[in-house]
Amino acid sequence: MLAILVRITGDLGLAEEVVQEALVVALTRWPTAGVPDDPRAWVITTARNLAIDRIRRRRRFDERSRVLGELASLRAPANPEEAMGAYPDERLRLLFTCCHPALDAPSRVALTLRTVGGLTSDEIARAFLVSRTTMQQRLVRAKKKIAAAGIPYAVPDPAHLEERLSGVLAVVYLIFNEGYGPTAGDEGLRVDLAEEAIHLGRVLHGLRPDNREVAGLLALMLLQHARRDARFHDGEVVLLEEQDRSQWDGAAIAEGRRLAAFGVEGRPGPYALQAAIAAVHAEATTYEATDWAQIELLYRHLRARVPSPVVALNHAVAIAMAHGDAAGLAVLESLEGELAGHHLFHCARGALWMRSGSPERAREAYASALETVGNGPERRFVERRLAALAV
Amino acid sequence: MQYVALIYDVEDRPQSPEDFEAMMGGYFAFNDHTRQEGSLLGGEALEPTSTATTVRVRDGEVLLSDGPFAETREALGGFYLLECRDLDHAIELAAKIPGASTGCVEVRPVMVIPGDI
Repeated sequence: MLAILVRITGDLGLAEEVVQEALVVALTRWPTAGVPDDPRAWVITTARNLAIDRIRRRRRFDERSRVLGELASLRAPANPEEAMGAYPDERLRLLFTCCHPALDAPSRVALTLRTVGGLTSDEIARAFLVSRTTMQQRLVRAKKKIAAAGIPYAVPDPAHLEERLSGVLAVVYLIFNEGYGPTAGDEGLRVDLAEEAIHLGRVLHGLRPDNREVAGLLALMLLQHARRDARFHDGEVVLLEEQDRSQWDGAAIAEGRRLAAFGVEGRPGPYALQAAIAAVHAEATTYEATDWAQIELLYRHLRARVPSPVVALNHAVAIAMAHGDAAGLAVLESLEGELAGHHLFHCARGALWMRSGSPERAREAYASALETVGNGPERRFVERRLAALAV
Repeated sequence: MQYVALIYDVEDRPQSPEDFEAMMGGYFAFNDHTRQEGSLLGGEALEPTSTATTVRVRDGEVLLSDGPFAETREALGGFYLLECRDLDHAIELAAKIPGASTGCVEVRPVMVIPGDI
């Protein structure tokens, strides 16, 4: 409903105002006058009329005249299905506006959760551990910029669509990762950002069912989230190889695998490749049964598409698993220049040196990991490894 | 909507005659393109900041200082006034300004004063 009004008015702030106001009118009128036959259409019509009033009051006829014309010509939709049918791409437009690269990343995330995810600014503030005032100011500032800077409310033209869509996917994955990692604080009060991101992924997939990267992202999130109950035990990290696989969510894995299989067809993009890797892990009944040759191949493709050191690190580990520790360590040690400041690099070295019977080198590696790791469960994990290696 | 594109760059970057020619060619091409599509409303290149004078009035007194109001490594060197459909259009044009490839271009919408038709 909000999306339709944004489309009509071309103004997110105005649309939010008039939808809320129309709902207030409904709440005061319906108990006495009775609920109209089509409540949804009634609210949209009322909100539209309120928007016309607001725009007139603003007296900016020159640039608003186009909007007024569009508003006047709009017939109230007869039923909700027709309403959404008439504007099939509304939520997609809204997503592109909220994820516009001219907004800063925290604003994109907050706006997307607010307008497409339907969270309140309070919930978003708690999810990101910032004060309610900070979050409200962030949202107000972002909406002002959308209106004043002329950020379009539109699906980008074909020349820019893929690039901008990958920006939208990045925002959704950012939200997912915010909810995926170990969190501090009062978790009972926090909304589950991972599940919000999956919801957004479903919305996107519903809007662009043919896009393989969209399917890939949704699959990746489902497959990672399927392991949520097995990833931590009493607040401590449990590595993939030690996880109790019976705790994995079978339904999410089945759905994720289907989507990943679709996503990885043709010339797969980064999300589809990562989803395919997660799918291979999910298919293995035990850690030992993992098809490492397949994973190594997928990482090789991913590395060609995304030349990032972290992908190279994962590829090196897959090489070790598929072709032996010596081959993996050779690739791994060649990455030191880029990754010396990253604790995962040292953890991977430590694990491989330990397995190949060099506890001294493993100890050095975990000691470097301790210097670069943050606080919380990951630090305690490194400390446990060091303690186990102490003679 | 109207936008101003403010072009910031290093003022005394050493430049070969060929580079200078290429840059000027880029600006001529930009002017032609925007004139053709009707988005060019105006624009000027500015003399370097060493020629700038900053004027302040305090308690009715006119105070002058030599130089720009802020000394920065990249300085305002010129501007365009453009008529654009929306920010995406403005960004597309800004990216075509040669200064965007060597320095940067700040895109700012022109304020619409309510009632000012």
